Amino acid sequence: MENTYLIKTKDLVKTYRMGGGYLIALNQVNLEFKEGEFAGLVGPSGSGKTTFLNIVGSLDSPSEGSAVVMGREVESLSHKEAAELRNRYIGFIFQTFNLLPVYTVFENVEFPLLLLGLNAAERKKKVMNALEWVQLADRAKSRPAQLSGGECQRVAIARAVVKVPSIILADEPTANLDAENSHNILRTMERLNQELRTTFVFATHDEKVIRYLRRKITLVDGKVAKDEIIEQQDIKGDNR
Amino acid sequence: MIIPKLALRNLLGAGLRTWLNVLVLSFSFVAIIWTQGLYKGMGDQAIHSMIDIEYGGGQYWHEKYDPYDPLALQDAHGKVPASLKKMIGNGQATPVLITQGVIYPSGRFQSVLLKGIDPSQTIISLPSGFIDVEGEELPALIGSRMAKSTGLKIGDMVTIRWRDAYGTFDARDAMIVHVMSTTVQSVDEGQIWIPLKKMQELTRMEDEATLIIVSKDAVNPPDIQGWEFKSLDVLLKNIRELVEVKTAGSSIIYVILLLLAMLGIFDTQVLSIFRRRKEIGTLMAMGLTRAKIIGLFTLEGAMHSVLAAIVAAVYGIPLLIYFAKKGWAMPQAVDSYGFAIGEKLFPTYSAGLVIGTTLLVLIVTTIVSFLPTRKIAKLKPTDALRGKLS
Repeated sequence: MENTYLIKTKDLVKTYRMGGGYLIALNQVNLEFKEGEFAGLVGPSGSGKTTFLNIVGSLDSPSEGSAVVMGREVESLSHKEAAELRNRYIGFIFQTFNLLPVYTVFENVEFPLLLLGLNAAERKKKVMNALEWVQLADRAKSRPAQLSGGECQRVAIARAVVKVPSIILADEPTANLDAENSHNILRTMERLNQELRTTFVFATHDEKVIRYLRRKITLVDGKVAKDEIIEQQDIKGDNR
Repeated sequence: MIIPKLALRNLLGAGLRTWLNVLVLSFSFVAIIWTQGLYKGMGDQAIHSMIDIEYGGGQYWHEKYDPYDPLALQDAHGKVPASLKKMIGNGQATPVLITQGVIYPSGRFQSVLLKGIDPSQTIISLPSGFIDVEGEELPALIGSRMAKSTGLKIGDMVTIRWRDAYGTFDARDAMIVHVMSTTVQSVDEGQIWIPLKKMQELTRMEDEATLIIVSKDAVNPPDIQGWEFKSLDVLLKNIRELVEVKTAGSSIIYVILLLLAMLGIFDTQVLSIFRRRKEIGTLMAMGLTRAKIIGLFTLEGAMHSVLAAIVAAVYGIPLLIYFAKKGWAMPQAVDSYGFAIGEKLFPTYSAGLVIGTTLLVLIVTTIVSFLPTRKIAKLKPTDALRGKLS
C-alpha cells in the first residue's frame, strides 16, 4: 500500500468535453495523503476540488495520470472493485448531506454496515457508538426531515465514520450550515480524526473550515498552486 | 439478503405512493380471480344443468338426427333398439321422440318441437311427472320461456298440429298442465313435452324414438347399428367452447385493470429513479454496485405485487368466499346469454387460478419494474450525486 500513503496521485489530469472543446478540471496534480491527515483542498469554484475528491473516491476516473488509493489504481478498477473500495475504505460527507429520506437516523447510519455484512448486534453497537460521537443518540428514531441542517450533517458524519474508514472525503461539508453548526461539525470531525486516525480530505472554500485544517492545498485552475502545512500552534487556542 | 431488506424498507418508507399502487394492484388480483372464478363457476353450472336436465350420461342419436337441421327431423326416428330396451326397463335409459309441430296460441301460429318423454323417467331432472295424467286429455309440459313467448299458462288449451310418420297432417288440443322453470333453454324455448306413448300413437311411430338418454351411471354403452352414441364430451363440446370464449372475452376487463396497475408502477419507477438520483449516487458512494441498485429498484417495484397479494388476501378472501357461498344474482336478461345459467351464479376458485394469477401479476410487475431501472446502468455516480441523469 505505497507504504504510508493512503492516497497518491501522479500527473493527474481530468478533462471534460464541453461543446466543441475540452475543459481541463485537473491538470498534472501530484498529491499524497498519509494516515491521520486533516487536509483540505481550497480554491474558488471550478478549481477542481470536487473533481479531485471524486477521482480519489473512485466515483470518477482520471483522463490521464494515475490515482492510487489504498494501494489500488482507481483508473484500472472495475465498477464492482471501485464499489468495494468505497465500501471498505472510504466515507463520504456531502454538502447536501445526502441522507436517505425514508430511513431513520439509525437506519441511515446503519446502511454502510449492512453492506459490509455485519450482524444485527454488531451493527447496533457500532451505530449507537457513532451516534454518541456526534451526540445524536437520542435522535436515532427520527427521520431526516425532522432534523435541523446541523443535525443532518452530524448524521452524515456518523454514517461516514461508522465503518471506521481509512479515508473520509468531505465535499463542502459546512456550505449549508450556519457558523455555530459549522464549528460543531468541524470540532466533531477533528475529534474523530484524532481518536480514530482517519484521514480527512476536504474540498472547501469556507474560511471556517480552512481554519481547522492542518494541511491546506490551494488549487487554481486545476493545478496545485500551494501545498502548506499549518502548524498546530497556529490553530490551537484561538477562537475559530 | 440485504437487497430485499432495503427494498422493503424503501417501499414502506414511500408511504401513500406505495399503498395507492398496492391498492390498485390488489384490485387487479381480486378482479382477475373473481371474474375467472365466475366464468369457471358459470361453465361448471351450465354443464351440470345440461347434464342434469338434458344430456344425462350421454345420448344415442338416431343416425339421421341432427339438432341443427330441422328438415332432417322428419326422418330422424327409429325403433328403440332391443339392446337398449333392457336398460330402459331398468331405468338406466329413457327414449325421447321428437317431431316438428305447430301450435296456435291466441290465434297465431308458432313452430315448435314436439317432444315425447316417458312421464315416469328419472334419468333427467325434467319434471315429466306432471304429464303423467290419465284420461283423454293430452297433457303438455312447457317451460317458463315458452309460456312467456306464447302467453300460455297452466290450464290453457292449445291446438297442436303435426305430421305423422306417413306425412299426414293431424291436430289435437293439448292442455298445459305445468309450466316448468329451468335454466336450460334447450328444453324450454319453442318446445312442448307430452307423454311418449301418446306421441308415438299420434305420430304413428309405435315404439320409436329420436334419441335415447342414458343415465349418468351407465357404463360402456354398447355400439348399436343405426344409432350413434354421443358422449358427454361430444355433447358438451360447444358449451365448453362457449365458456372458453366468454372467459377470454372477460380477460379484457382484467387486462385493462392490470395495465392500469402496471402503468402506475411503471410511472412510480420512472419518477422514483428521476427523483432519487441523488439517493442512487449516495448508494453508489457508499459502495453499492450498479447491479445491486438495479436489483434494489426492481425488487422495490416487484414487491408492490407481494404487498398487493397480501392486501388482496385481506379483503379479497372474505369477499370471494362470500360470493362462493351466496352466489351472484343474475339478471333476467342472461337468459339470452347463450347457455344455462341459474338465477345465481356460484364462482369456482381453484388453487391453480390463485397461484397462476399471483405468478402472472408478480412476473408482469417485475418486468415493468425492471424496464425503467436500465437507466441506472448508464448513470455515472458523479452525475447522480449532482442530481443529473447521465
